[in-house]
Amino acid sequence: MSGTYLGMPAFPRAARAAVADTQLRRNLEHATGTIRGRRAEVVAELDDWAELRAAGAAIKDHTLRHLDRYLVQLEEAITAAGGTVHWARDAAEANRIITDLVRETGETEVVKVKSMATQEIGLNDALAEAGIMAWETDLAELIVQLDRDRPSHILVPAIHRNRAEIREIFRRAMADVPADLSDDATALAEAARRHLRRKFLAARVAVSGVNFAVAETGTLVVLESEGNGRMCLTMPDTLISVVGIEKLVPTWADLEVFLQLLPRSSTAERMNPYTSTWTGVHPGDGPQALHVVLVDNGRTGVLADRVGRQALRCIRCSACLNVCPVYERVGGHAYGSVYPGPIGAILTPQLRGTAGPLEASLPYASTLCGACYEVCPVAIDIPEVLVHLRAKAVDAKRRRVLPTAERAAMAAAAWTLGGPRRLGMAQRAAARARRLVGRLRWPLTGWAESRDVPTPAPESFRAWWRRTRGRTE
Amino acid sequence: MITARNEVLGRIRAALADLPADGADSEVPRKYRRAHHDTGLVDLFAERAADYRAVVRHTLPDELPAVLHAAARVRTLLVPPGVPEKWLRGIEPGRLLLDGPALTPAVLDAVDAVVVTGCAVAIAETGTVVLDHGPGQGRRMLSLVPDHHLVVVCADQVVADVPEALARLDPRRPLTFVSGPSATSDIELTRVEGVHGPRDLEIVLVSHG
Ligand code: SF4
Repeated sequence: MSGTYLGMPAFPRAARAAVADTQLRRNLEHATGTIRGRRAEVVAELDDWAELRAAGAAIKDHTLRHLDRYLVQLEEAITAAGGTVHWARDAAEANRIITDLVRETGETEVVKVKSMATQEIGLNDALAEAGIMAWETDLAELIVQLDRDRPSHILVPAIHRNRAEIREIFRRAMADVPADLSDDATALAEAARRHLRRKFLAARVAVSGVNFAVAETGTLVVLESEGNGRMCLTMPDTLISVVGIEKLVPTWADLEVFLQLLPRSSTAERMNPYTSTWTGVHPGDGPQALHVVLVDNGRTGVLADRVGRQALRCIRCSACLNVCPVYERVGGHAYGSVYPGPIGAILTPQLRGTAGPLEASLPYASTLCGACYEVCPVAIDIPEVLVHLRAKAVDAKRRRVLPTAERAAMAAAAWTLGGPRRLGMAQRAAARARRLVGRLRWPLTGWAESRDVPTPAPESFRAWWRRTRGRTE
Repeated sequence: MITARNEVLGRIRAALADLPADGADSEVPRKYRRAHHDTGLVDLFAERAADYRAVVRHTLPDELPAVLHAAARVRTLLVPPGVPEKWLRGIEPGRLLLDGPALTPAVLDAVDAVVVTGCAVAIAETGTVVLDHGPGQGRRMLSLVPDHHLVVVCADQVVADVPEALARLDPRRPLTFVSGPSATSDIELTRVEGVHGPRDLEIVLVSHG
C-alpha cells in the first residue's frame, strides 16, 4: 500500500482540509448516519446488552491483568496444535519475521485479509521492498489499495468513497475490469469477485489478522462478511497470522460474550456472514503451515498507563467512530493513523508517544461529548483517557518547548484546564458525572473558529448530549 | 541474548507492577443471559436465517431425499464423504459427485453443482449454521468455492443462542459460522449478497419425525 502516515499534518490542519471537502463530508454523514441507526436497532434487541458489555470489559481487563501468563498459555496451545509462534517487539521486527517467512516459501505474492495490525506496522511496504506483492482482498481495502489511498474507517476503510468514485477507481486501476462497468453496487462487487478469484485459487501464502486469540485452546478467530477471509484462511499452503498481544481472551467460552458484542456493534448485524476459527494445523484441511506473530509495538507502553491501559480492551468494532461528531465532520484521514476516530485519538498517542505534533494534537480531537463511551461494547471511557492524555501533555509542556504545530491546541488546553492539578479534578468530575462539556471551551480553537469551517455541529451536539447524559447518570 | 519473547513478557510484568500480586483480581460478572428465547427455536432460526437472505425450506425426514432430488434435477449434487445415505436415497449416481483430493480448487471453481453438507449446530437468535467440517460436512474449501451451498439442519441441532452453541462445539476442529450468503456493505453501506463465498445459501430444515 502506498499511503503512509509519516509526515502527516497535525490534526487541526488535516481536519480543516477535510471539513472543507463537501463530497467527503456527504459520504461520511450518509454512511455513519445509516450504521448508527442500524446498530441501535440490533443492540436494542438484546435486553441484557448492559450485562454483556460489563462482562466484555471485565474479561478484557482480567486478560490484560494476566497478559504474560495468557500469552505463554496461547503459545503452548498453538505449538501443541502444530503452529509456530514468533514474538516481535516492534514493527520492524514483525516485518522482518513475516518477510523471512514469505521468502522461505519462495513465493513473491501473498493474499491478505484485513488486518489493522499489519497496517499499523506497515507490512505491505516492507514486503514490497523485499519484492513481495501483498494483495488486499477485502473489498474496501482493495478500493483503497487500487486508489493508492489510505483507509479512513476501521470497518469500512473506503467509507469516504461513493459508488461513482469507486467505479472510476476500478476503471483506472483494475486490469481486468469490464468496459461497461456500472456504478451499481452489485456490479462493483462482481467485478471485485472476478478480479480476486484467480488470486485466491492460486494463492500459496496468506497473511491474516485475527479478531480474537483464545489462550486456553490456541484458537484464532476471524469475523468477516465477504468470504475473502475464508479464502485466505483456507486456500493457501502457508498462513501467517499477525496478532497484537491485546487480542487474547482466556477461554473458548469467553467468546460467547464477544461473538454477541462485536457483530452488533460493528456491522450492526446479529451475526456477520462468516466467522472462521482455527486451532493450529488441521490435517487435510486448509494451510498445513501456520505461523503466528505476536506483536507488541507499543502495546506494553499503553499497558503501563493506569488510566490509558483500558484502550487495550478495544475490539475494533468502530462504533465509536460512527457516533463521533468530530469524526463525522473530518473523516478518518485527519487522525493520521490506521486507528481513526475516538479510539485513534486515545490509542495513537499512547502507541507512538506524544513527541510528534500530530500525536500531541490528537487528544484534543474531541469535544468530550461522551457518545463514544456510550456505544463502546467494552465500556472504554474514552473521554476519561482523553482528559488524562491532555493532562500528561500539559505536564510535558512545562518541561520542554513544544513544536509549533501543537501550540494552538496546547494553549487552548492550558487556558481551559489551567494545569495538571485542576485537570485532575476535572477528570474525576468527568468520571463521576461527565458534566465537562458545558464548562470546557472547545480546545481546537485554531481550526474551529476559522470562518469557512463550521464548528462541529454545535446544535445537534447539545441535543445529542442531553440525550446521552440522561443515560449515563 | 534477550529474546523478543522474554523482553515482551518482561515489559508486560513491569507495566503491571502497580497492580497487586496475582489472585487479587475481581470476578468477571456473567449476569448476561444464556439464551434470549426458550420456545419456538426452529421457527425463529428459520426466520432469522431468511432475514439475511438464506433460502429456507422446511421438510420431514422422509421427504429430505425428494427435496435433494429436486435440487439434483437441475444440477449435480456435490457431497462430502460421510453424508448419511438416507439423504441421498433414489438419486441417480450420475447426478452425484463425491468430494475428494482430485477436486482441486480449479475444479471446484468450475463445477456447476450444488454442494450439500450437514452442520454441527445452528443458532436460532442469529440465524447461523456452524460447520465443524467433520464427516458429512466436508473440508472447508468444499463449502466455499462452489457457488451454491445447501445445508441440511436437523431440528435437534438448533440451539437458542451463541453461548449454547459454543458449548456444543469443539474448538480443536476448524469451524465456520455462516449467517446468510457472503455479503459486503463496503459500497455506501448498501448490502450486496455474493462476493467471494457462495452466492446462494439454501437451508433445508428437517423437523422431528
Ligand atoms: S473503542 Fe470501543 S467502540 Fe471504539 S472501536 Fe474500540 S471497542 Fe469499538
